[in-house]
Amino acid sequence: MNAAPPSAMPDAVFALALALLLVAPLAIAGLALINTGLGRSRSTSQFLLGNLAIVAVTALVFAIVGSAFAGCLPGGAGHTFQLAGKPWNWLGEGPFLLGGFGSAPPQAQLGLLFQFLAVAMAALLPWGSGADRWRLAAGCSSAAVMSIFVFPLMAHWVWGGGWLAQLGVNFSLGAGFLDPGGAATVHVLGGFSALAVVWIAGPRRGKFPREGLSTAMPGHNAAYVLFGCFMALVGWLAWNAAGAILWLHAPLAALPVTAVNTLLSASAALAATFSVTRFRFGKADASLCANGWLAGLVASCACAALVSPGQSIFVGLVAGIATPLLVELFELALSIDDPSGAVTVHAAAGLWGLFAAGLFSSRPGQFVAQLVGIATLLGLLLPLVYLLFWLLNRFVPFRVDADGERIGMDLHELGGGAYPEFVIHRDESYR
Amino acid sequence: MKYAGLLVMPAGFFLSIAALVLFPDATQRAVFVVCGLAVEAMGLGVAVRGHMQSRGESSL
Repeated sequence: MNAAPPSAMPDAVFALALALLLVAPLAIAGLALINTGLGRSRSTSQFLLGNLAIVAVTALVFAIVGSAFAGCLPGGAGHTFQLAGKPWNWLGEGPFLLGGFGSAPPQAQLGLLFQFLAVAMAALLPWGSGADRWRLAAGCSSAAVMSIFVFPLMAHWVWGGGWLAQLGVNFSLGAGFLDPGGAATVHVLGGFSALAVVWIAGPRRGKFPREGLSTAMPGHNAAYVLFGCFMALVGWLAWNAAGAILWLHAPLAALPVTAVNTLLSASAALAATFSVTRFRFGKADASLCANGWLAGLVASCACAALVSPGQSIFVGLVAGIATPLLVELFELALSIDDPSGAVTVHAAAGLWGLFAAGLFSSRPGQFVAQLVGIATLLGLLLPLVYLLFWLLNRFVPFRVDADGERIGMDLHELGGGAYPEFVIHRDESYR
Repeated sequence: MKYAGLLVMPAGFFLSIAALVLFPDATQRAVFVVCGLAVEAMGLGVAVRGHMQSRGESSL
């Protein structure tokens, strides 16, 4: 943890944090709705069921194994080695199957609840990017892999007193790596996992034809996408405020600013994306605007509790300008088929938020601490996730067969579609 | 090539960690951390290029 926790959490603070954490799942629900709308109609049931299944798998696996490695509950000092005379706490140590959860201090109990939500959201992000071609069994298996080892590793480093959190104590780098809302632990990690899935599973059939531009495969329901943005906002406000209480030990008086900064960042991002798409295409693009809104929320995770409202607007503006440009770059220039835009919205915006948190900090060394955190995500966790998913793909193939992709994931995996009374049109991209 | 890129990225990470251990001076430390990030970015670029599928391959 980044600051010395108060000796005991007052009842009022405990009640508020608990209430916020009970609202925070709306962020996950909003995200699921957005990604569903961005996918194709013939995969809707499979996609939404996958979201639920992934939340269930992450909860079970994290409770049984992952929470021990994350060191959420008191039970051990963690696994530490000495290097250059400094302790490097690299892995948490705690009871399996949530042993001692009921008797743990209130702060630890709330921290564990926060991490249950965080691991669910992190594991959902690649599911959106693999939409229309990623098998349900493979999605659940990858969620299990993330819950057992990958997420707990990063969560312990950042929130559990691991080496990134201790950069301030050991190397005089500000207050150590700061990530109160999970920009690194949830969004960048999930976004990189999404990139690994896209690379391993490959693009949807017909997405990149032999000649010409890539085939446009627009989302099937803009209403889902835009209503999901509203739901996500409610969840995000609660999420960032809860994170500020739990990981920064912010006083109650600091929470309104955190909430306002979250809203301002998303609003500025939406305004920027709206303007950029209007300028580039002549008319504003609804799905890209939704992505911009989300990118502002993601960037706010890192810095809403740490910056001023003016700085928060700047953070949102940059995220909003970058989002449509990166979506275009990834699809047209780099041939990355990412239906939900998770690589841009979560990985890139999360990295920007973490960078901005250091840029605007007045603490000496904080900027370098944030850079070290970014280097860890990019240099260690992306290759690690890729390696684990590559191995997993050998045992549980990620990609559905060609016939399954042609008839849609609903019919192929569930035997029925989400809209049975609708006529499914022949896809002209299969020529 | 894609695997080469993914192998270069951890090298950048270890360069950043080495900067923390080897340099007590804040400026030198910051410069080497940035160098580590630059190495990671190069590795990412190589990995992205390795994964870029030819248009014909992916339009089966």
